[in-house]
Order: sequence, then structure tokens, then C-alpha cells
Amino acid sequence: MSAIANASVAQDHHGHDDHGHHHKESFITKYVFSQDHKMIAKQFLFTGLAMGVIGILMSILFRIQLAWPEQSFEIFRFFLGEKYATDGVMNADSYLALVTMHGTIMVFFVLTAGLSGTFSNLLIPLQIGARDMASGFMNMLSYWIFFLSSIIMLISLFVEGGAASSGWTVYPPLSALPEAIPGSGTGMTLWLIAMALFIAQSLMGSLNYIVTVLNLRTEGMSMTRLPLTIWALFVTAIIGVVSFPVLLSAALMLIMDRSFGTSFFLSDIYIKGEVLAHQGGSPVLYEHLFWFLGHPEVYIVILPAMGIVSEIMSTNSRKPIFGYRAMITSILAIAFLSTIVWGHHMFVSGMNPFLGSVFTFTTLLIAIPSAVKAFNWITTLWKGNIQMNPGMLFSIGMVSTFITGGLTGIILGDSTLDINVHDTYFVIAHFHLVMGISALYGFFAGVYHWFPKFFGRMMNKNLGYVHFWITAIGSYGVFFPMHFIGLAGLPRRYYTNTAFPYFDDMADVQILITVCAIVTALIQIVFIYNLIHSIFYGKKATQNPWNATTLEWTTPVEHVHGNWPGEIPTVHRWAYDYSKTNKEGTDYVIPGQDYVMQDVPLQDNEEELNH
Amino acid sequence: MTEILIIIVVGLLGITFWQMSKILKLSQSGKKDDNGVATDADNKTQGKLMLWFAVLFYAFMIYNFWDYSKFYLPEAASKHGVDYDRLMMLSILIIVIVQIVTQFLLHYFSFKYKGRKGQKALFFADNDKLEAVWTIIPVIVLAALIIYGLFTWSDIMNFDEDEDAVVVELYAYQFGWKARYAGADNTLGKANVRFIKGINTLGLDESDPYAADDKITTELHLPVNKRVIFKFRSQDILHSAYFPFFRAQMNVVPGMITQFSFVPTITSDEMRNSKYMVDKVKEINEIRAENSKELVAKGEMPLDPYEFDYYVLCNKICGISHYNMQMKIIVEEEEDFQAWLAQQQEFGESIKQ
Repeated sequence: MSAIANASVAQDHHGHDDHGHHHKESFITKYVFSQDHKMIAKQFLFTGLAMGVIGILMSILFRIQLAWPEQSFEIFRFFLGEKYATDGVMNADSYLALVTMHGTIMVFFVLTAGLSGTFSNLLIPLQIGARDMASGFMNMLSYWIFFLSSIIMLISLFVEGGAASSGWTVYPPLSALPEAIPGSGTGMTLWLIAMALFIAQSLMGSLNYIVTVLNLRTEGMSMTRLPLTIWALFVTAIIGVVSFPVLLSAALMLIMDRSFGTSFFLSDIYIKGEVLAHQGGSPVLYEHLFWFLGHPEVYIVILPAMGIVSEIMSTNSRKPIFGYRAMITSILAIAFLSTIVWGHHMFVSGMNPFLGSVFTFTTLLIAIPSAVKAFNWITTLWKGNIQMNPGMLFSIGMVSTFITGGLTGIILGDSTLDINVHDTYFVIAHFHLVMGISALYGFFAGVYHWFPKFFGRMMNKNLGYVHFWITAIGSYGVFFPMHFIGLAGLPRRYYTNTAFPYFDDMADVQILITVCAIVTALIQIVFIYNLIHSIFYGKKATQNPWNATTLEWTTPVEHVHGNWPGEIPTVHRWAYDYSKTNKEGTDYVIPGQDYVMQDVPLQDNEEELNH
Repeated sequence: MTEILIIIVVGLLGITFWQMSKILKLSQSGKKDDNGVATDADNKTQGKLMLWFAVLFYAFMIYNFWDYSKFYLPEAASKHGVDYDRLMMLSILIIVIVQIVTQFLLHYFSFKYKGRKGQKALFFADNDKLEAVWTIIPVIVLAALIIYGLFTWSDIMNFDEDEDAVVVELYAYQFGWKARYAGADNTLGKANVRFIKGINTLGLDESDPYAADDKITTELHLPVNKRVIFKFRSQDILHSAYFPFFRAQMNVVPGMITQFSFVPTITSDEMRNSKYMVDKVKEINEIRAENSKELVAKGEMPLDPYEFDYYVLCNKICGISHYNMQMKIIVEEEEDFQAWLAQQQEFGESIKQ
């Protein structure tokens, strides 16, 4: 307790300091090299969105190839050019490059940096009652390294030999040997450099988030009064710190194998008529290192979405989130288990079958906290007074896709069942629903909900509704049928399925999927339009448009440096006092108002509850 | 059927754009209450749409199970595959039940408790009993699945190395497969990529006496009802030997030998003549005939009619022709298998030539 008190004293002191030097900022320090967390959040948002547009466009290109294999399209000619799409027909190596870069960009640049970067930066200081991040400078550095990393990743698309094309997991030896595939030349080198920078920025960001949450909470904001968004973002940052360095080590070893002749991952290779000198390494070692990050990574992607959804659901149901402590416990359980399940990606990698049994056990355990979360969300809706704002629709949609996608994890996490669906479309369906679409829904929900906090204006709700419904229908149209062609044994990452007549009767399904994908991608234009249009012409927001309880809605609509013009608010209650009634049950705690903000002291006629 | 679905999707898109333009017009007329926050009218519409969405989603799921379940692989052609399929069906059943219940509750609650002026939400923050219920039920169900799964897994992976099992090396390279049979001594000769030279494309150790009687083939023949032990070896990069009809898969890793074993139980002929496969091949050939017409009209070669054969395919991204790295598998009676094997040339003889 005293630690918290001390921290808040120090912070108050800092607050007064701040008033001392309110110097005028130049364009550069305000918009470019800004150290203000709100501006950095916007920078992450826009960079993430730009990368998202590129990543989704790539998926549309290879989906067209899969639906109408080896046919000529103007769109290929336009985006890929003669070299990568000879006579307008996509080449097999461009297909693999597109698949690889789609995965890399979406997982890391959109769903990791774009989602957690945006909302950690915006929400952590605002919701815990801090004037800024613990280190504004490191925060700025984190963004700019991310920006550099994005640029290098995009440059890699244009080099000789093309971009990395060994799948987003870049398993060696394929990724280590330019002889094996052209994309493993300069493209792969740039991929590795970009990822090393990405990891550096992620660590800087994560350390900052952790320190900020631990040290800069305002007076009264105990850990068990934190909104679930902060819990999720905090734990996400911890998982990142634990697992990203392992990927860095894997990347460094891969760089050495590629450029300095070491043999960490290579052994006994005969390629292009020559035996390579490498001896004694193991690709399986790389798989262990990669998935030691790779699996926690999917929780790095989904936890922020879970936090955002919990918050928005509670606000819009006008009810407290059901089972606040259970939600925290399940976040912690998921975080812990996420670091000991990586082997379920490797059941058929050749590792010891006994290890497979252990990983099956831990993997299926993770279904328990996930189930608890899903049931708690559903119960949060029960007997609510649900306000159907676009953010709420996306939150409900997220729970739906999370359940649909999560359930098939029971099949893939079972070592026995994985044997025959491993690396098929079944896997694609599973992870796109459970982490891709769900995390994107979390992202959209967050943008709609906190748009007033970002830009002081409201997004157009009607366009939001249209965006949601078409996306919801379209994404199930894309990913639900994939389960079935996966169960038919259709492998992923195949340039075309025409080499196997057995798959001929699935061609129709591929067309259906592609049409749905195109529709879903096109409707995102409505979102982008709504976003940009609303920044300039949206309705002016009020201070607390959703009648929420958390601290960010106590700040003025216009951004100020240090977030609160006066004293930092003191917290007196948890974040979920929605529809709480007075002792007699005759009215709400504050008559006529169905919510009590966190900075409101305990009222006379109110029962004190410990959540 | 797919055409109809596509028409529906495109139709929905059309309706959307029409609605959107209407909405845009409305929003320009400057309704005063539109401050970007959902009104009671919005709650009503969106709540109803939630219910409609659920109906549509259920219809789509039913359609998928009804029409696409035909894609599920035919009856497993291996001994352990039967257990595999049983476990798969059990898991799918559990998943479908949970899916039906939870999606219903989610969408129905969204509809039922849509916001109305004057409606009070229930302050319901936690309930230990409920939490316990939905922790314990998944624990029990998952424990059952884990135990069942682990027993099956251990049966599959810890096979007995019977003396009369057929030992086959499956050799993967960019972009094809070769099989190596152990020959009369039933022991595979030593091999390493460093021995690759000229005709010795699999890198067998020519000085190893066990290697001399090994037989290298481009088709994989397997005797029915006899255990086959596969030893996988890669020439260059990671591949994955995927035998979908036998519910078997193992990665092929340069620098190490991986292994997998199964007992084939259905011969190629039996599978080809099964009702499932006859129907499937008929449908595929209809599609191919249709496609051939288009090709011929364009002045290209028509497609060959399809005849079913088992195959092993590469299922780990391995380069440009990854999509066409396959080998035919023929499961036949023991005597046919022995007769075929006897015709194959021994490695020792092939290098003498």
C-alpha cells in the first residue's frame, strides 16, 4: 500500500513540474518525434492500418489465384508486374512470397504493433491515471524503430529474388538457402533485419507498459481496481518480454547460418548438385525456438482484444463485467500456459512422441480459462440493457468468432487428431477465426469505442453498422467452409490444387471463399472512409459519450499534455459500477444515472463491495 | 449450389450499398439526435439483426455440414485410422454441441436484452457457483478427451517393431519422393547425402553390405494388413510426408531420421471400388469433362479422366513446386507385393552397370 502511496506522491510532484514548463511545441515535436503517448498511439494506429491494407490486399491476390488457378488477371499485372506475374498469371514463387508476407505483416505489424501498440499507448496512462508513460522518450523510440522495421519489411518486397517466401514461420533450411527458393536471398535478409528491429521495439514498448502499470497508478487505483483492458495489456507486455527475446536468438542464429557458415539449424544437405559443409545442426531446434515465441505470440495478439471486448461489453451492457476476478485469473492462467504449449505446433516434427503427450495435456488445459472467459462474456450480456454501438457489435462478434475458432483448437491441440489435419486448411480456418478475425474485431471495437478519445469526434454509427454486418457475414463465409476442405486433407500453401484431381470437386468452395474474401476486404473501405472522414467532419464528441466509468473519460475532449489540466483524479472504486443500486434498491447509487465513475467516492446510501 | 451462394453474397453486397447510400442521405439531412451514440431505435434494429444473423449463421453451418461433409476423407485405410476417425467424430460432436449452445445464448441475449429507455440492467457482478460450474464441466470433458487422445496417440506412436514388418525408407527431395525397401536382409543400408554420386542419387554407402540388396523405387507399394515402418530422410530441406487416407503424417527433416508406422487395411482396388470413391470419382470426372470442354474450345489439351490412387504428398512448404510433390501409393495383397518387389532391381546391381 505504501508503495502505491509513494508512487502517487512522486507523480503529483511530477504533475506540478509539468505545469512549470508548458513550452510551445514545434510541428516536429508534436506530430513526428512526439513523446506524448496519445500521439504515439495515433502513430501506431495509422502505421498499423497502412500495413493492414497491404496485408489484406496480398491475401486477396493469392485468394484470386486459388479460386481461378493459373489464369491471367489485370490486377496481377498491375500489382506484381511482368516479373512476378508472367502474362498476368501469378508465378508460384510470387504466390509463396505473398502468403509469407501476408502472415508476417498481419501477425506482427498489424495485430501485434497495430493492436497492442495503439491501445497500450492510448489506454494505459489514461485508464490508470498517469500523466504519460514512464519513459516518453523510450516510447517514442519504440514507435520509430517500429516504423523503420515496417519500411525495411516493405522494401524487402522489391529486391532481387523477391520477398521472403518460406512461410511466415521461415523454417530453415528453406529460409536459409537461396538455392532452395529465390525469396531466401536478399528478401530473407531484410526480413530478418526487420524482425530484429521489430523485436527491439516490442521490448522497449513492453517494458515501458509494465513499468507504467506497476508504478504510475494514481492514488486508490489498486491492481484489483484496474479495468480489464489494462490487465490484458499489462499481461500481454509481460508475455512479450518473456518470449520475444527467444525469437531474437533464433533470428540471430539464422542470420549466422545464412551468412557466416555456422550450422545451428543445418545438417546433411545436398542441393543444386552440391553437398553443403553444414553438419550437426537441427531444423527442429529452430522450430522449438520459433514457437517458444510463436505460440505466446497468438496470445499477445488476442489478449488485448479480450481486454478491449471485456471493457466495451460491460459499458454497453450497462452491467459490471461478470466475474472480474475470474477474468483476471484466466488472463494470468492463459499467459502462464501460453508459454508451455508451443510443442503443439510440432506434433509431427519428429520430436519425441512423449513430448507430444505433454504438450497435448498443457494445450487442452488452456481451453479451461478460455471457456471461463467466453461464459463470463455471455453472462455479462444476460439481463443487461445493451446499447448497440458499433464497438459493442464488434465485441459480440469477437466472442462469436473466438468461440467458433477456439473450439477447433480442441482438435488441433490433440496430438492424435493433429496428425491428419496438420498444415491443412483446417488449421487456416482455426487460427484465422480465433486470432485473426477475433483480434481484428477487438481492434475495430477499440477504434469505434475510443475514437472520441483519439480525435474528439464521433464516428458515423450507421457506416459502423454496415461495416460490422458485412464483415461478420463475409468472414464466416471465408473461414467456415475451410474447415471442411481441411478435413478432406487439402494442404495449405499450395499454389494450385490442380496437380491433384482428387481436389477438383473443392474448386467451387475455393471460389466461394475468394468471393467472400473480396467482399469482406472491400467493405473495409467503408471503415477507412468513416475513420478519415470522421477525424475532420465527425460530430463533436462529448466528454463521456458512452457513459463509461473509467478515468480516460474524465479528461477533457481536447488533448492536453499531461492528460488532466488540474490534479490527477483519485480512484475510489473498481471500474464496473454500472447499474449499481443504493442500499434500498430504489434507485441507482447516483439517482438517475446508471453508472458511477471511478473517481467518485463511496456514497452514503451505497453498500461497499469488494470485487 | 455455389453459384447460388455467390449470387446471394453479391446480392447482399448490392443491398448494402443501396442501404448505405440511403443512410448517407439521411445523415446529411441533419437529424439532431444523431450524435453517434446508439438510440433506442438503433438498439431495436441491431438487436433484431443479431437474431437474424444467428439464423443465417445456423443456416450456413447446416448447409456446410450437409453439403461439405462429403469432403471428409473416406473410411480410414489403416488400422489406427479407425481409432483416429472415432476420436475425431467424438471431438466434432462435442464441438458442435458447444457451438450450437453458446452461439445461441450469445446472439439471443444480445437480442433479448437490447437497450430500451427505462430498462434497468441487473447488477450481477459475480457468482462463485456459476464460475465453478463452467470451470468444472470443461475440466471433465477435456480430461476425458485428453485421456482418450493420449491413449490413442501412444498406441500410434509406440508401435511394436515386429520382425516381419516391412521397413521402407521414404526419401524426400525438391520436388519428389523415392522409396527404398530393405531387401532380403530386411535392414536398410547406411546412407548419407555425402555419398550422393552419379547414379547413387540417394547417397547409399556403397561399402555397406546391407545396402547392396536395397531396392529403390519411384512408386510406393505396400502389402495389406502388414505393419509398415517408414524411415524418413530428406536430401535438402524440410518436407512432410502426409498420407491423408491412412491418417498418417511425419515431417522429413534433413540431418535426422524420423519415423512413423501404420498397418494398411484396404487395398487400392477395394478403395477404388468402394461406394464413396466410385461416387466421388464420378463427380470429379464430370467436373473434369466440363472443364475439358472449355479447354478444348480454347485450343488446349483436354484433362485426362481421373482414376483414384492413394498418394503421399508434401505438406511442409518446400519451394516453388511444393504443390506438386507427390508419389503414388499402391496397397495390394501380400503375394502381389512380393511379386512386384522381386522385379525391382537391387542397388548393388544398379551401380555395377
